[in-house]
Amino acid sequence: MSEYTFTDAGFEAEVLNSDKPVLVDFFATWCGPCRMQGPIVDELAAEMGDKVKIGKMDVDQNPQAAGKYGIMSIPTIMIFKGGEAKETFTGLQTKETLKAALEKLI
Amino acid sequence: MDYDLIIIGGGPAGLTSAIYGLRRELKILIIAKAMGGQAAIAHEVQNWPGIESIGGFELTQNMEQQAKKLGLVTDSNEVLSVVKLEDGFIVKTNKDEYKAGAVILAFGLTPRDLGVPGEKELTGRGVSYCATCDGPFFKGKNVAVVGGGNSAIEAAEYLSKLANQVYLVNNSAKFNIEESVMQQVMAISNMNILCGKAVSEIVGENKVEKIKLKKFESEAAPGFDASETLCKLNNAEALIKNGDHEELVVDGIFIEIGFTPKTDWLAGLVELNDRKEVVTDKAGKTSVEGIFAAGDCTDVGFKQMIIAAGEGSKAALSAYKYLAAKRGLVATPDWGTKK
Repeated sequence: MSEYTFTDAGFEAEVLNSDKPVLVDFFATWCGPCRMQGPIVDELAAEMGDKVKIGKMDVDQNPQAAGKYGIMSIPTIMIFKGGEAKETFTGLQTKETLKAALEKLI
Repeated sequence: MDYDLIIIGGGPAGLTSAIYGLRRELKILIIAKAMGGQAAIAHEVQNWPGIESIGGFELTQNMEQQAKKLGLVTDSNEVLSVVKLEDGFIVKTNKDEYKAGAVILAFGLTPRDLGVPGEKELTGRGVSYCATCDGPFFKGKNVAVVGGGNSAIEAAEYLSKLANQVYLVNNSAKFNIEESVMQQVMAISNMNILCGKAVSEIVGENKVEKIKLKKFESEAAPGFDASETLCKLNNAEALIKNGDHEELVVDGIFIEIGFTPKTDWLAGLVELNDRKEVVTDKAGKTSVEGIFAAGDCTDVGFKQMIIAAGEGSKAALSAYKYLAAKRGLVATPDWGTKK
């Protein structure tokens, strides 16, 4: 299980400076579709193991990263590699879609 | 892979079908983008008999757990087609191909979009279909809400607590809501109500910058007539006339114009009505033998969770009866074939 909880304070070290692709699930506790996305991301994290970093980021607690990337809708899922945003998905995503996007970057 | 029954959709209709079918030892696959459907987004459910109040997510998760304990298999790929064979059906997704003895269509409704230029491109960049999800990103900003029904008015009321100005844009002068509720909404100080106008384009480079509005001549719509006296604009300068249209500067646009069944891919296979709903009989049968349907994607009179669940059980029982007859078996009642 390789699931992370990302924060604004640790964003640079954990996400931008990571040597592996990183998937960030931007969510909020009050968002219905985010709750549906949660278990899908959990399952993906369990399946992908240590090849990638997968984690969630609460936009209420961590508004800086969401602001920096212009997030205006949640759930938004972003995939980073080498400090750059490679993919952005808005709205509920399936495990297969996310897995395919991550595998391209491994 | 072969299944006795493939259920398309994972909301209350699909999950109830699965529970009923699995208890009769049918081998079942549910294909759905995510489990729970629209019901999972419901903040609070207060009309599920036996439970005074429960979150929609918790309720549908309970259904999913129950079905998984009975052996449910799921797939989250997109269904592209269902093809009838002599001895069953082929269900094709964007990734796999499955064989099934019977099929239940239970994929519910999808939020309706406006279908105007800029909408797709700017989704997630100011275009939103979920006010409670995305409202907090528009604190102190100006937003438009499109629609004239309950969900649009609820969204506008919610957003008025966060945004600077809210512009409720309705293509008619009638709002499908009680007059007393509408009067309360009218009284909100930062609420603007634009009647008889339709959004013709959403404009923006990287995010929504403005929307274009055109006069809309609608037929008489049901509901409370807001008419000229009730349509209001706090700041007349906000609406700029530009040739044949008007422009409204907003940071966000929330589209709340109801739901529609996504059944185009079924055209020519099963009978649809003029609202594009799947036509079913009292037993949940469609026009094609072996294909059943349940819940909000059908022509059932009310779109309610409890009704979807009930219709789901009916479709599963009909599918079970159909499969048993084809195999020369006697359909047995549900005495708990599975522990």
